[in-house]
Amino acid sequence: MSQPSISKSMTIGESGLAVVFAVTAFLCVIASAKALDAPFAFHAALSAAASLAAVFVIINRYLDRPAALPPQEINGRPNYNMGPIKFSSFMAVFWGIAGFLVGLIIASQLAWPALNFDLPWTSFGRLRPLHTSAVIFAFGGNVLIATSFYVVQKSCRARLAGELAPWFVVVGYNFFILIAGTGYLLGVTQSKEYAEPEWYADLWLTIVWVVYLLVFLATVIKRKEPHIFVANWFYLAFIVTIAVLHLGNNPALPVSVFGSKSYVAWGGIQDAMFQWWYGHNAVGFFLTAGFLAIMYYFIPKRAERPIYSYRLSIIHFWALIFLYIWAGPHHLHYTALPDWTQTLGMTFSIMLWMPSWGGMINGLMTLSGAWDKLRTDPVLRMLVVSVAFYGMSTFEGPMMSIKVVNSLSHYTDWTIGHVHSGALGWVGFVSFGALYCLVPWAWNRKELYSLKLVNWHFWIATLGIVLYISAMWVSGILQGLMWRAYTSLGFLEYSFIETVEAMHPFYIIRAAGGALFLIGALIMAYNLWMTVRVGEAEVQMPVALQPAE
Amino acid sequence: MSFWTRHQVFEKNSIILIVGILLVIAIGGLVEITPLFYLKSTIEKVDGVRPYTPLELAGRNVYVREGCYLCHSQMIRPLRDEVERYGHFSLAAESMFDHPFQWGSKRTGPDLARVGAKYSDDWHVTHLTNPRAIVPQSVMPGYPFLSQSEVDPDTIADHMRTLRTVGVPYTDDQIASAGADMKAQADPENAGTDAFNKRYAKAVVRNFDGKAGSPTEMDALIAYLQMLGTLVDFKIYNEKANLR
Repeated sequence: MSQPSISKSMTIGESGLAVVFAVTAFLCVIASAKALDAPFAFHAALSAAASLAAVFVIINRYLDRPAALPPQEINGRPNYNMGPIKFSSFMAVFWGIAGFLVGLIIASQLAWPALNFDLPWTSFGRLRPLHTSAVIFAFGGNVLIATSFYVVQKSCRARLAGELAPWFVVVGYNFFILIAGTGYLLGVTQSKEYAEPEWYADLWLTIVWVVYLLVFLATVIKRKEPHIFVANWFYLAFIVTIAVLHLGNNPALPVSVFGSKSYVAWGGIQDAMFQWWYGHNAVGFFLTAGFLAIMYYFIPKRAERPIYSYRLSIIHFWALIFLYIWAGPHHLHYTALPDWTQTLGMTFSIMLWMPSWGGMINGLMTLSGAWDKLRTDPVLRMLVVSVAFYGMSTFEGPMMSIKVVNSLSHYTDWTIGHVHSGALGWVGFVSFGALYCLVPWAWNRKELYSLKLVNWHFWIATLGIVLYISAMWVSGILQGLMWRAYTSLGFLEYSFIETVEAMHPFYIIRAAGGALFLIGALIMAYNLWMTVRVGEAEVQMPVALQPAE
Repeated sequence: MSFWTRHQVFEKNSIILIVGILLVIAIGGLVEITPLFYLKSTIEKVDGVRPYTPLELAGRNVYVREGCYLCHSQMIRPLRDEVERYGHFSLAAESMFDHPFQWGSKRTGPDLARVGAKYSDDWHVTHLTNPRAIVPQSVMPGYPFLSQSEVDPDTIADHMRTLRTVGVPYTDDQIASAGADMKAQADPENAGTDAFNKRYAKAVVRNFDGKAGSPTEMDALIAYLQMLGTLVDFKIYNEKANLR
């Protein structure tokens, strides 16, 4: 493969990207100088610095690299590109801990409001989006990007497409997180839940996301396997649909191109519908389809069993993505949204139960013949328990989407409990399980530093989840019932503040649960760090997974 | 050829797979969202709903910035207890000029859709500065810093112009006098209050934060809170005319 006679020159990607970033740096300096508000000036300056750093890194990388680009194959084996995967895995752990910590802080603020310190940048209203974005988009997003780049290479037996492009995706995505997160603290938000970043952050994310799609797709296209592996369907559906949702929910007109504030194109009822079409499918495609892809690759791999049923995965895939997109209106039951839309949303949410459990069965039954491994392998146990939590949440969700149930649960902590049984139990555990697999693979280590620590992580985090969700169930149902309680004379029995007071003990239990979950993640971070630092190198590359026929 | 064999066309062609995904996910959204833009019954015909005054708009932006929607809904459901606790259930028309909507999804605190005119301005100033001074069991953060920063009368017209582009019917007159109107609404002594009242029906002119000087974020936020839910007169609202 090596051809020493080749003369060294910059690729179109290297020179093009260096020029684009140089121009961007220049534009950002101007934007920073002309900014109408301080956060915008700060973000523009940050972007200018980052663009300059990118130019420097691209040129430096060019000067350091050999004349020939990395080969696609070495000795007949694909030359997998692990760099961007390592970066994203590291960022996932970092943001995970940051996000869980902020979650613990805001949970404590609800129990002890003095912790808001009555300062703008430490108050609940600004920290809550920081928590949700950090755990969903920063932690979850990095896990998805890292695993998708790994799975697509391995299951296609092909090196990741592009050399700079995958780096652009992982670094660019994390820069988006940085802009979004610092923006929340400074009061930059468009107030659409889980889509809070303002117009310029949204634009940047759009660019990064399109490149992500192209890198993923180009790798799939140059695959050596005739079939596209199941996990990659789910990853593709996740990437494509998130792009559609992001564009549909966020069209906004900035007041000035030199200011952070914008007004979204949609108003009132249409905005509400767009928002929850987006919001519920951020759950459906970001937190479900993407992580189901993880399930479809990592569980069979770890259990060393084939996927239970290939046909079930086909039905699971199409039914899930078709039904999910309809479910949004269940967030708007009994609101000013027309009844027909609410009824459609409820109907499809209930139907959604079926493909969700189909997927759960497919994941769990993959263990058939290997159930004994649950006793010896805590990583597999984490992955399997995550699927069990997935099953629980996807039963609870359809139930809560029934209008009469929703009339009680909506606006209460029951929703928060439901979200967290999915987020901590399903997304959290499947991510931890995937990271425990991925880090030794990507860093070429024989095994994890300590399985015992994984076991500790598993039990501490499980206890935390149980405390969290049971506290929220009780407080949510209690509050819902107190709001609608009447005295024998026909008066409302409780004032609003009495229902707030009744929540206090449950908020403390919830914070304790969150603290345990955080401790578990810290144990994981230590374990993964030690795996990379002192782990023994693996000699033989693992064999790629064969797709089922 | 069985279904399972036919399905291989998706398994072997990434572009066909992507087109398939796009078609499948498009249906639900198209069916649920597009009719909301043209079905006339979606938004009731109601008298009284008007765009926000410049001061209210600035207050609303503070409300958005501080993430108030994360704990307070602005959507009263047509359930007996909610109607008794908060007032008439919310109409779609009442948030038709909201970009973005503020219906919320959680009630850590009470619904605010009709909080307007329920409490005095003084109550709001004290409560926003230190909620526990008035409601000892409250878990709401304090916002003492709102009194310290002023709202900007010079840029508010740009905001209204942007909103007009996305569909809020501000008149040329309203945009031209935006800065003056902002000052006038927070100052009953201001010479411009009569002209302001003509431009915005049912708008309240008061010194909301009780302090002399240019309008602060506290003025603006309270002006916004005090108008919430007050625009539609439910004594004359004809529910039957809007039966859908």
